[in-house]
Amino acid sequence: MTLLKVNNLSKKYAEKYAIKDISFEIEQGEFFTLIGPSGAGKTTLLRLIDLLEPPTSGQIEYNGWSLQTLPKKKIVHARREMGFVFQNPVVFSSTVKANVAYGLNFRKLSTDEIDERVQSALDMVGLRGFEERKALTLSGGEIQRVALARTLATEPNLLLLDEATADLDPTNVALIEKVLKKFNKEKEVTIVMATHNFFQAKRLGDSVGFLMEGEMIEIGTTDQIFNNPSDKRTEAFISGEMIY
Amino acid sequence: MIVYNITVIGDMMIFFEALTEALALIFSGDAEIYGIMLLSLRVSGTATFLAACCGIPLGMFLGIRVYIGRRIVNNLVNTFMGLPPVVIGLFVFLALSRSGPMGFLSLLYTPTAMIIAQWILATPIITGITMAAVRSVQNKYRDTALSLGATESQLWFTILKEARISILAGICVAFGQAISEVGAIMIVGGNIRFSTRAMTTAIVLQTRMGIFGLAIALGIILITLAFLVNLIFTTLQEGVEVIR
Repeated sequence: MTLLKVNNLSKKYAEKYAIKDISFEIEQGEFFTLIGPSGAGKTTLLRLIDLLEPPTSGQIEYNGWSLQTLPKKKIVHARREMGFVFQNPVVFSSTVKANVAYGLNFRKLSTDEIDERVQSALDMVGLRGFEERKALTLSGGEIQRVALARTLATEPNLLLLDEATADLDPTNVALIEKVLKKFNKEKEVTIVMATHNFFQAKRLGDSVGFLMEGEMIEIGTTDQIFNNPSDKRTEAFISGEMIY
Repeated sequence: MIVYNITVIGDMMIFFEALTEALALIFSGDAEIYGIMLLSLRVSGTATFLAACCGIPLGMFLGIRVYIGRRIVNNLVNTFMGLPPVVIGLFVFLALSRSGPMGFLSLLYTPTAMIIAQWILATPIITGITMAAVRSVQNKYRDTALSLGATESQLWFTILKEARISILAGICVAFGQAISEVGAIMIVGGNIRFSTRAMTTAIVLQTRMGIFGLAIALGIILITLAFLVNLIFTTLQEGVEVIR
């Protein structure tokens, strides 16, 4: 079943295209990685999908809903089905526990359910025992993990990750990748992960999209993109010839 | 030289005599002094409360919403933040005087007129500080709150919560400006004994009359009050920091 359908999507900032006429589809339960050099438009694409910005033209369909024509109430509803972990996440000025509970409080869940989900999310990212710590005093890597736990706690159907493991040490990268795989395989959560680390894309993704200068150069299975790319630019990027 | 020394010693004697008298007045529980103090607190406290009620929502609206003429509104609010109290006093006087548009209310030379003048003084201060605070907080937290599923009202509440320390500081500044101003309440209150005589207007009057004891006593009380109010606000802010 197609969960996400992007049709001729473009986004222009001051006459310059950040995203140019992109079209692709993602199936429910798919782990899709977006690779490309810095400034390729990966973050912009994720922001457009999460309705944080309107596109200049084109359409995004999520679960059959045309996101650009949704009324305000439905936009919140659609966003609540998604989760977004930013490249440079911020934490609210409260405890780790309160931070992880933020999205759950927005959904007005019961205290018991919030406590249960917060504990489970903190366990997943290896932050058990951090509940009462002030989030603003955490290190960059810990903040990244709090942000991930905060999003996972909302149990999204579509998880958008923007370089979500960029600030983590190898041990924590392995931990988070394991959590993501588990979420993807066991809970059938669809994941769109932007990364400029193509080894990570190779490890995790079912399919890969190569984005460059706002254009989707190539989309295919991970095996196809990394072993038999059809475009020379993709080949140059994955072979490390392209400087980024 | 001898004449100069005698003059200095004479001045010092006057000062110490006045200071002794002031302390005696404060500790004797002089009804007039405490009446003046309570009036000042009532007028400035009410004006600051009303200014907070108007200034915080207005500042939030102006800070969060994107609208045409935002820069002009910014400049206007900043200009009003520095309005001279005597000018405010003049316009409130003209509005409330018998032939003015609100003359029928018969409010001139009443504590209510003083509250109106100080409310006009304090509102732009709270509005401006709130506007700047929410704008910087919004830039930082908007996307995170929305991606976690916040509705518009939940987003506003989150921004207000994150900006609370700066807003509290704005209220503190506004109260300080209100309780220490003299021009506006002198014009609209008239400095009437046992009715509209506040601490600052009383100090001006007593100094002009050469009654330094009462003036110094009121000066000491004014500084002590300003210190205590600031202490309360600082404690509140620190409380917020602890909660963080």
